[in-house]
Amino acid sequence: MALLEVKDLGISFGGLRAVDDFHMTIEQGQLYGLIGPNGAGKTTVFNLLTGVYKPTDGYILLDGENITGKKTIEINQHGIARTFQNIRLFGELTVLDNVKVGLHNHHKYSTLAGILRLPKYYKVEKEMDAIAMDLLKVFELDGEADYKASNLPYGKQRKLEIARALATDPKLLLLDEPAAGMNPNETQELMNTIRFVRDKFQMTILLIEHDMRLVSGICEELTVLNFGQILAQGETGEVLNDPKVITAYLGE
Amino acid sequence: MMGFISYLVNGISLGSVYAIIALGYTMVYGIAKMLNFAHGDVIMIGGFVVFTTVSGMGLPPVIGILISVAACTVLGVVIERIAYKPLRGASKLAVLITAIGVSYFLQNVALLIYGANTKSFTSVVTIPPLSLAGGALVISGETMVTIAACIVIMAVLSAFIKYSKSGRAMLAVSEDSGAAQLMGVNVNATIALTFAIGSALAAIAGVLLCSAYPSLTPYTGAMPGIKAFVAAVFGGIGSIPGAFIGGILLGVIEILGKAYISSQLADAIVFAVLIVVLLVKPTGLLGRQIQEKV
Amino acid sequence: MKKKVWSKNTKSNLITYGIVIGAWLVVEIMMRAGMLSSLLKGLLVPLCMYVILAVSLNLTVGILGELSLGHAGFMCVGAFSSAVFSKCMVQAIPVSGLRFFLAILTGALFAALFGFLVGIPVLRLKGDYLAIVTLAFGEIIKNVVNVVFLGRDSRGFHVSTKDAFALNLEADGEMIINGPQGVTGTPNDSTFFIGVVLILITLFIVINLVNSRTGRAIMAIRDNRIAAESVGINITKYKLLAFTVSASLAGVAGVLYAHNLSTLAAQPKNFGYNMSIMILVFVVLGGIGNIRGSIIASVVLTLLPEMLRSLNDYRMLIYAIVLIATMIFTSSPGGQAFRERYSLKQLLGQKKQTKEAE
Repeated sequence: MALLEVKDLGISFGGLRAVDDFHMTIEQGQLYGLIGPNGAGKTTVFNLLTGVYKPTDGYILLDGENITGKKTIEINQHGIARTFQNIRLFGELTVLDNVKVGLHNHHKYSTLAGILRLPKYYKVEKEMDAIAMDLLKVFELDGEADYKASNLPYGKQRKLEIARALATDPKLLLLDEPAAGMNPNETQELMNTIRFVRDKFQMTILLIEHDMRLVSGICEELTVLNFGQILAQGETGEVLNDPKVITAYLGE
Repeated sequence: MMGFISYLVNGISLGSVYAIIALGYTMVYGIAKMLNFAHGDVIMIGGFVVFTTVSGMGLPPVIGILISVAACTVLGVVIERIAYKPLRGASKLAVLITAIGVSYFLQNVALLIYGANTKSFTSVVTIPPLSLAGGALVISGETMVTIAACIVIMAVLSAFIKYSKSGRAMLAVSEDSGAAQLMGVNVNATIALTFAIGSALAAIAGVLLCSAYPSLTPYTGAMPGIKAFVAAVFGGIGSIPGAFIGGILLGVIEILGKAYISSQLADAIVFAVLIVVLLVKPTGLLGRQIQEKV
Repeated sequence: MKKKVWSKNTKSNLITYGIVIGAWLVVEIMMRAGMLSSLLKGLLVPLCMYVILAVSLNLTVGILGELSLGHAGFMCVGAFSSAVFSKCMVQAIPVSGLRFFLAILTGALFAALFGFLVGIPVLRLKGDYLAIVTLAFGEIIKNVVNVVFLGRDSRGFHVSTKDAFALNLEADGEMIINGPQGVTGTPNDSTFFIGVVLILITLFIVINLVNSRTGRAIMAIRDNRIAAESVGINITKYKLLAFTVSASLAGVAGVLYAHNLSTLAAQPKNFGYNMSIMILVFVVLGGIGNIRGSIIASVVLTLLPEMLRSLNDYRMLIYAIVLIATMIFTSSPGGQAFRERYSLKQLLGQKKQTKEAE
């Protein structure tokens, strides 16, 4: 059974059909790319998958469970985590606390235990610190654990967002333009990190990206969107050589 | 029945005053994106200027009103220049607190000059009351003047914003001040102009308010200011027709509430209606819904 | 400049507790030595009340990040519910300590209940709309309290919104809330010592809440609601929780207020939006989200007009000017640049940096 199965997904804003007849199947452990020109509806697909928008048609199955139309927090609890195109960190919190917010639903103690500092508080906080630090190490952010998140340089903020998403222990990780604004070296490093994350956590990853080097370098399968509709879909090499795709990107 | 109509007319009259004040609130909010808490106190200053010039110096009411409008216009611009302009780009809360500081300042200046005792204000309206339905319905001169003033102001202001260059600059700044600046609009001058117009309106509102409710203290402006703010939010803050509708509705609800439900609870009723409206339409009656892009 | 936050937290919190306890000791010593004027003595309990109000409002404004202009309303609920409780229990519980303890719980509970009920609709709104609705709720609470008449006689409790006669009390009956006249004869149980203890409890609750899983969730919502949702934080729950705790602590301040006066009446001055705004001024001047700043700002700004008393009529004018000047100095882009250039920290910091460079 596929980890993610999307069928006939569509949404309209007023009269505008932003995404139409979208379908996609992602297997466990796959690195999958969603590409397309600006305004093709890629982020809208992410927003549909994560419950920011409710689809007007179609359904989404995650690990066999129907999550169509569920709220963002429910979908996160079902196992989809994401990053954002325009980075959304908890800017005033520390780097460590950003990740600990991600651990919120898996490591619990009551508000009262927190206020009264019951033993459970210390036990769970210690657990959280350990797990969060391990995650930060993966992204080489452990040295900056005590920094305010907004004080991190741009590239590290992107990494922190991924670390925070991973902290929610997802089955599927959505990355919205993870390499945006990075130089070639940083992009190369990010590719290695993404591969490492996939291997270490046996993670399934769906990413939106414009950087073709990154896409062709790590994605096994691709879906190309254009004007809200699927233009091509399949194995990366084939898709990128599809004349339709080349035309859509380069123009006639 | 005549009683109801009479209350309704009084409500529209009070609402007209709220609408004039709310216009100032809503324009400043739309353009400078700030809650000018001191706006209500400009009304009070406007009232005191007329009190001094007309009751004190014996000038004709028209001259007194003109002086008051001029004084408040200058005051509004000066307040903006000294207190608000340096804070452009600062957090909203910082600006709000500064506005509160300005409000305290104006109240205490008035307190120093005029003392805390209530001054009785002589109405500037000399039009005789209108008697309708054989005397069953009497509409005072103040009421007529207030409603007329509100309509004229609304019409002139709408035309100004729609057709004049400065008016369109105001629209542009309220839409996107950065883009307006790039297109050559003088943002600072536009904001100053907004404060000038808003404060001039506050002066007129002050005169009308004090003519209808002839008592004046340094705190006279505070509550009408808050109510007008509520009216602006009610109609959708930033929207000029919204301020008008919000003001009128608020005045009517307040007067009818006072007459038929409870005079002590009239304010509570006004606020309760606001809450209900905002829960149904979170950005007010005519406010625009802005969704955050993900 | 990179900032370290977490490791300094615990130390900073201990300093905050230390400042409160230290201040209490100094005041106690001065009082014993007869160094306090009766005017200052009279200010001690209100000071505690303001500190609790500011710290609790900071939870809403600084930690949750929502502007509330109705904090005095919750204080009003706490004050009246506890005053009614104390008045009814004067005979039943003669031990004043126990009675006051229960009164505090009553005030906190009722204020929390109101905070919860008000929070449900209010927290759906955003920004300035939220602010004006909290103001509206505060005014409604104040107005409604003014039309309540509550009395008790051998047949039980009687309520009316008309006047005292409508209660039809028997000859031995007792008025508890007399409409606009409010509650008279509440036992004067508030003391400076209890006030300080309540400040410490407030600090304990707020500081521990902020530095816990719950606090992180609340601050995450403040910093980025959409991101918080995406990692599975229940926005409504945590907003409501913060708002309710904040309201409840304001209620405690109200209890302190009610039991410091012989007559408790809801007026614009004590429970109106003016009070809410004054507390907000404390919070903003103390630094948004800065708990210790709230304490210091409320004490300084309460004492400032009193110290300026010799200036008579000019004191509030000076207060207003100080307020405006402080905001411009601390918050305007120009003021901030000025401070950065000439601040002590910066001057010292620069020295340090040059050393490192060598």
